[in-house]
Amino acid sequence: MKIILKQVRLLNPEQKLDEKNDLLIEDGTIKKIGGLTETDFKSSQVLELENKICSPGFFDMHVHLREPGREDEETVETGSNAAAAGGFTGVACLPNTNPDIDSAEVVRFIKEKSKDHLVDVFPIAAATLGRKGEALSPMYELFEAGAVAFSDDGTVIKNAGILRNALEYSRNFGTPIIEHCEDESLSDGAMNEGYTSTLLGLAGIPNVAEDIIVMRDIMMAEFIGGKVHIAHISSKNSVELVRQAKKKGIKVTAEATPHHFTLTDESVKTYDTNYKMNPPLRTQEDVDAIRLGLKDGTIDCIASDHAPHAIEEKEMEFIFAPNGILGLETSVGLAITELVQKKILSLMQLVEKFAINPRKILNIHVPQIKVGEKANLSIIDPSMIWTVDVSKFKSKSKNSPFDQRLLTGKSIAVINNNKMFYEDKFVTI
Amino acid sequence: MSLSNRHLLGLHGVPKEDIQLILETARTFREVLERPIKKVPTLQGKTIVNLFYENSTRTRISFELAQKRLSADTINFSTSTSSAKKGETFKDTVRNIEAMKVDMIVVRHQSAGVPQYLTKISKANIINAGDGIHEHPTQGLLDMYSIREKFGRLEGLKVCIVGDVAHSRVALSNIFGLKTMGAEVSVCGPATMIPLGIESLGVKVYHRIDEAMAKNEVLNVLRIQLERDAGKRIPSLREYHKFFGITSDRIEKHNREIVILHPGPINRGVELSSEVADGPYQVILDQVTNGVAVRMAVLYLLGTMH
Repeated sequence: MKIILKQVRLLNPEQKLDEKNDLLIEDGTIKKIGGLTETDFKSSQVLELENKICSPGFFDMHVHLREPGREDEETVETGSNAAAAGGFTGVACLPNTNPDIDSAEVVRFIKEKSKDHLVDVFPIAAATLGRKGEALSPMYELFEAGAVAFSDDGTVIKNAGILRNALEYSRNFGTPIIEHCEDESLSDGAMNEGYTSTLLGLAGIPNVAEDIIVMRDIMMAEFIGGKVHIAHISSKNSVELVRQAKKKGIKVTAEATPHHFTLTDESVKTYDTNYKMNPPLRTQEDVDAIRLGLKDGTIDCIASDHAPHAIEEKEMEFIFAPNGILGLETSVGLAITELVQKKILSLMQLVEKFAINPRKILNIHVPQIKVGEKANLSIIDPSMIWTVDVSKFKSKSKNSPFDQRLLTGKSIAVINNNKMFYEDKFVTI
Repeated sequence: MSLSNRHLLGLHGVPKEDIQLILETARTFREVLERPIKKVPTLQGKTIVNLFYENSTRTRISFELAQKRLSADTINFSTSTSSAKKGETFKDTVRNIEAMKVDMIVVRHQSAGVPQYLTKISKANIINAGDGIHEHPTQGLLDMYSIREKFGRLEGLKVCIVGDVAHSRVALSNIFGLKTMGAEVSVCGPATMIPLGIESLGVKVYHRIDEAMAKNEVLNVLRIQLERDAGKRIPSLREYHKFFGITSDRIEKHNREIVILHPGPINRGVELSSEVADGPYQVILDQVTNGVAVRMAVLYLLGTMH
């Protein structure tokens, strides 16, 4: 099958590519860029894409797929569908499943589950057995099976000695250690600590609980030389710590979630548990710092921390409800609304944060837009105005605070692995 | 005259007129409590559920008594285990109770925000009887009533809340209510017990009890709640008593006019010495009596709203 992306703006910072052109895809491969003939147009499905952009496929490097263990909340398949609908052609899934991704079998199980899908799924394995922070997981074996990084996400690697070993051992194969930065002795709360938590009578989680671990990890990365990636950075001082570390040449990278650059802890005033996440929503100062960090490159990428939860678990008293919200299907819209529309990021930078940097951090091939290359593309309408409707989500869960929010910017289609997701359908191309 | 909100979720944002109306109405009911027959037919035919997810003796009895004095039908639902542990969700429990056609729900819960949540899933009038470390509005109201009874006014009075302010729902309700009524509110306690940034609520912070006593007319002394991990924030109860306990010596030395409130139950020898707890400066048992009258007023005003 032949597809033509007509008059689309091709964007790829890696190739310094920014041009409006026609693109012909045949059998999942880019056949022509420009110079399309009458015959090409007659024999192909033509997508009219005036004022739309086309870039290497977007990649979300922080997604919880819940399989194995909580298939009632999400599966590899439903999560991949949500990713495709949200504009992504690849995701990396975190290891806090049941069982944890701490054996090669579980890595292979997830790879197997995702093998026929448009969306590539790359498992991130646990850094320690059972994410208990006591003994290293079989990292080499996990890497060989297909793990692209190691993390105890959901929790921090508490013991600095274990972190050192994990970081040192991961140098064997160059994968990053992804850290959920939280000093748990300081974080016994349900929301950000500050004026709002005092007003609402909820125990607080201070910024410093994150900052202390970010600092520890940066110092460890400097000492060992391994790669540390800071997951879901949320505090102003943490952003500054990463900025200074990068200036010194320390191998540290960072991601931010859409909710941390969009919402503040004021949202918790309704006690809606869809505003409960970890790290918690912080203050406007922190939001501003994250936006600036994204702009100046301190924060490398945007990742959603997509965390599906069953309705009955989220519809609970605030202090008992689990942390986390859905992200895959609102991430691109929020980034364009909050960052591109507000002139914090250019569209080119947006592509960097969504398509290029996450793959570089995980040592995954960055797809190019050139003749002969497999088509791995995201097509976005950066000015489409739409209303989020949770009931239409592909995800199995519904826990999003953004339901009914008006956003600008939406994915129109994604293409990868000889498949296209367009007009709400998967088709083989 | 009626209240501006059909629920009492907290004192934050409650207008002065509403607080005044509750306190005035309570004064009428306070008189009823002195009569030989202490019962009025005001809420006859109304059904009230006391939904207590946390242990409580005095607040529950006070509410129950207030309801009986108003001739309402009352049902008590008490459990110390969370709905999550029990298997039934909180929402299902409430929906079941709702299906039995109740008019008002008095709720106490470990989690802040539960009363707000209840307003979304129930049609009943909701009264917060304490939610986590958030608010305890009827306690705030009865404290204000007791202070006003003693001084004849609230405006301009200097009131200091002493103790673990960071983990007290009584403190927040007092701060919000008293500020609205024009009192000058301060807090005093060890720094581990004072929330960061409390000054932005418009209260002064003392870390020395002697200074707080010299500069205030009323002390509202909070209970040191070991069940809320107070032990982690102070080295020992003995040390707390030595540096923050209210003793006769301190009263004699700093302020012999001072009025002492305490929401109970008292830890004798910790926040108050026994002498002070039984002495002439305190109004602790008046608070308890006033509590019934204030709760009658709240139930009456909400229960007869249209």
